[in-house]
Amino acid sequence: MKYIDEYRDGRIARALATQLAECCTRPWVLMEICGGQTHTIMRYGLEELLPKGVELVHGPGCPVCVTPLETIDKALALAEMPEVTLVSYGDMLRVPGSHADLFRAKAKGADVRIAYSPTEAVRLARTLPERKVVFLAIGFETTAPANAMAAWMAKRERLKNFSLLVSHVLVPPAIRALMASPENRVQGFIAPGHVCTVMGCGEYEALARDFRIPIVVGGFEPVDLLEAVLLLVKQLEAGEARVENQYVRSVSYEGNHHARQVIGEVFEVADQKWRGIGMIRQSGLRLRAEYAEYDANRVFGLAPITTAEPAECISAQVLQGLRKPTDCPAFGMRCTPENPLGAPMVSSEGACAAYYHYRRHAHAS
Amino acid sequence: MKTIADLACPTPLPTKDTVLLGHGSGGKLSGDLVRQIFLPAFQNPLLARLDDQAVFSINGSRLALTTDSFVVKPLFFPGGDIGSLAVHGTINDLAMGGAWPLYLSAAFILEEGLSLEVLRRVVNSMRGAADRAGVEIVTGDTKVVERGSGDQLFITTTGVGVVPDGVTLSADRARPGDKVLLSGFLGDHGIAILAQREGLEFESPVCSDSAALHTLVATMLKVPGELRCMRDPTRGGLSSTLNELATQSDVGIELMESEIPVHEEVRGACEMLGLDPLYVANEGKLVAIVEPSAATEILALMRQHPLGRDAHVIGTVTEANAGLVTMRTGLGTTRIVDMLTGDQLPRIC
Repeated sequence: MKYIDEYRDGRIARALATQLAECCTRPWVLMEICGGQTHTIMRYGLEELLPKGVELVHGPGCPVCVTPLETIDKALALAEMPEVTLVSYGDMLRVPGSHADLFRAKAKGADVRIAYSPTEAVRLARTLPERKVVFLAIGFETTAPANAMAAWMAKRERLKNFSLLVSHVLVPPAIRALMASPENRVQGFIAPGHVCTVMGCGEYEALARDFRIPIVVGGFEPVDLLEAVLLLVKQLEAGEARVENQYVRSVSYEGNHHARQVIGEVFEVADQKWRGIGMIRQSGLRLRAEYAEYDANRVFGLAPITTAEPAECISAQVLQGLRKPTDCPAFGMRCTPENPLGAPMVSSEGACAAYYHYRRHAHAS
Repeated sequence: MKTIADLACPTPLPTKDTVLLGHGSGGKLSGDLVRQIFLPAFQNPLLARLDDQAVFSINGSRLALTTDSFVVKPLFFPGGDIGSLAVHGTINDLAMGGAWPLYLSAAFILEEGLSLEVLRRVVNSMRGAADRAGVEIVTGDTKVVERGSGDQLFITTTGVGVVPDGVTLSADRARPGDKVLLSGFLGDHGIAILAQREGLEFESPVCSDSAALHTLVATMLKVPGELRCMRDPTRGGLSSTLNELATQSDVGIELMESEIPVHEEVRGACEMLGLDPLYVANEGKLVAIVEPSAATEILALMRQHPLGRDAHVIGTVTEANAGLVTMRTGLGTTRIVDMLTGDQLPRIC
């Protein structure tokens, strides 16, 4: 399969590993932002191919993991309303809210459906005029254009039975927050390739400059990630701090103009809470005033809720790369994908789930 | 941002109190249901073996008995339909115990409003599948439920077969050093169904591999060397099947990624949908664990059979990592191939 096989090629991967071993003279701590990248690293055992000193820590880029508990509780409350059809990306259904998850709500009779694209939810609203269709619009910049498109289509069609429960997060403010933390250990970032496919590379320049840290936009296949690590290590060894693009087959420097345009038309930047991490200023997206009639909070008069989360697991530290999933005493014992204590054990992009599914043999002995 | 000490964490969920779709996925949740609800209620040594069929002796004859329900949607799909599937599935559960299938029963749960033409098509397809496999459907039952209480048509088939003397296949018999054989390409059935459901189109359409495997099994049993166990990797896919075998035999299983055959279209669909072919259902494949000295000969025989043409040795049973399935990746690294937790869910991005 073109664009897949050559990026999973064992010979190319081993050649990159050899180059890396040759140019790496000191230990370095690197963070991949995106959960999809974490998943590839674990699935292909890439750590086995890295020089001993190079440590990969896993970032907050798991959209399901950082969606605040309040949003999930609101989605559950909406799903329980008899007139509501709640539509969501599949991963969200298993994430625990305070008392239940959407799978359990579905099992108890709530009309909860999985969609691959938010425009499917718009189509559903069109075909089910008697239902109030709500799309749980979460994610990073990657899902923002499609979510924005759904609102844009609904407005153009003047649909009265469609709304969005929005909880959108942005990568650059999160990197800024991580770098500003006194506990930070990260010396180089692999920026998320799909986010940058939409947004371009420009907004990472200021981060590289302000924190004197190299940032390489990376893809999602094993060869992509090894190449991104190599580019980062080369910069670090040479004392450089630039933005580089490894994922050139998908990412242009400017990003996708049309996608950014529709995001800008529908959403505006706002303060946003991240599950496990807390409030980060100007780190999310909310619907603009012109789209207020498509805001589920407003349509259903949802009062702002605050849910306190007890400190049961170390997911906050995991999401910031401060601890590894295997540092957690509950990992694989009291916390498993069937009985998750935290969201990173739930999602296929969560770091804890990736360790559990692919690597626990390496830590068993 | 707050300091690390103040950071909040997600909460655990209360205990499970309802049946979820994941309980039917063939993965860990299905296993929990069996262990926590059914095994304690029905406990007996035959059931406790947890094989696909029960094998017992009556007046010196060794018989195999199995049952399976079919709830597939859509009812008709490329390569088959719920009727042929219901015949093949039960034959295969018998064949995995080394049994030669003889008779089937068929029970139908029909939803009020189902077109009789649809029912006729399904039943004719069952007849065709049974004829081709050389079995007869000799008894049955019909129930009708109100519209909305079922989804068109559910079928349960039960099968009886005879196990030849000297054949003892069971999930607890794998030994370190044994070879793992797979009869052909993975994931065709699951992707054919999903493609039909999601309206995916391919240059050449993916067809379900639905087929009766008992003649292939009979061929494999001709080799005098020992065949330890066999399974058909249906729901939950190859990974769930091998995890069950690893657990029940208390051994590790190491797979070679490069040896596992997957059609290009299936790989493509899996990439697009965020699925792993190792977890996708098959309805006409078997995985066999065989004594190392017999592997070459059994593989050669499999390849002579139309349903085993693309058979491969895909792995080895190990003493290390007991209870786990691991895989040597194309990069030369090793990872776990875990059991499915619930349904495979499409990923967000």
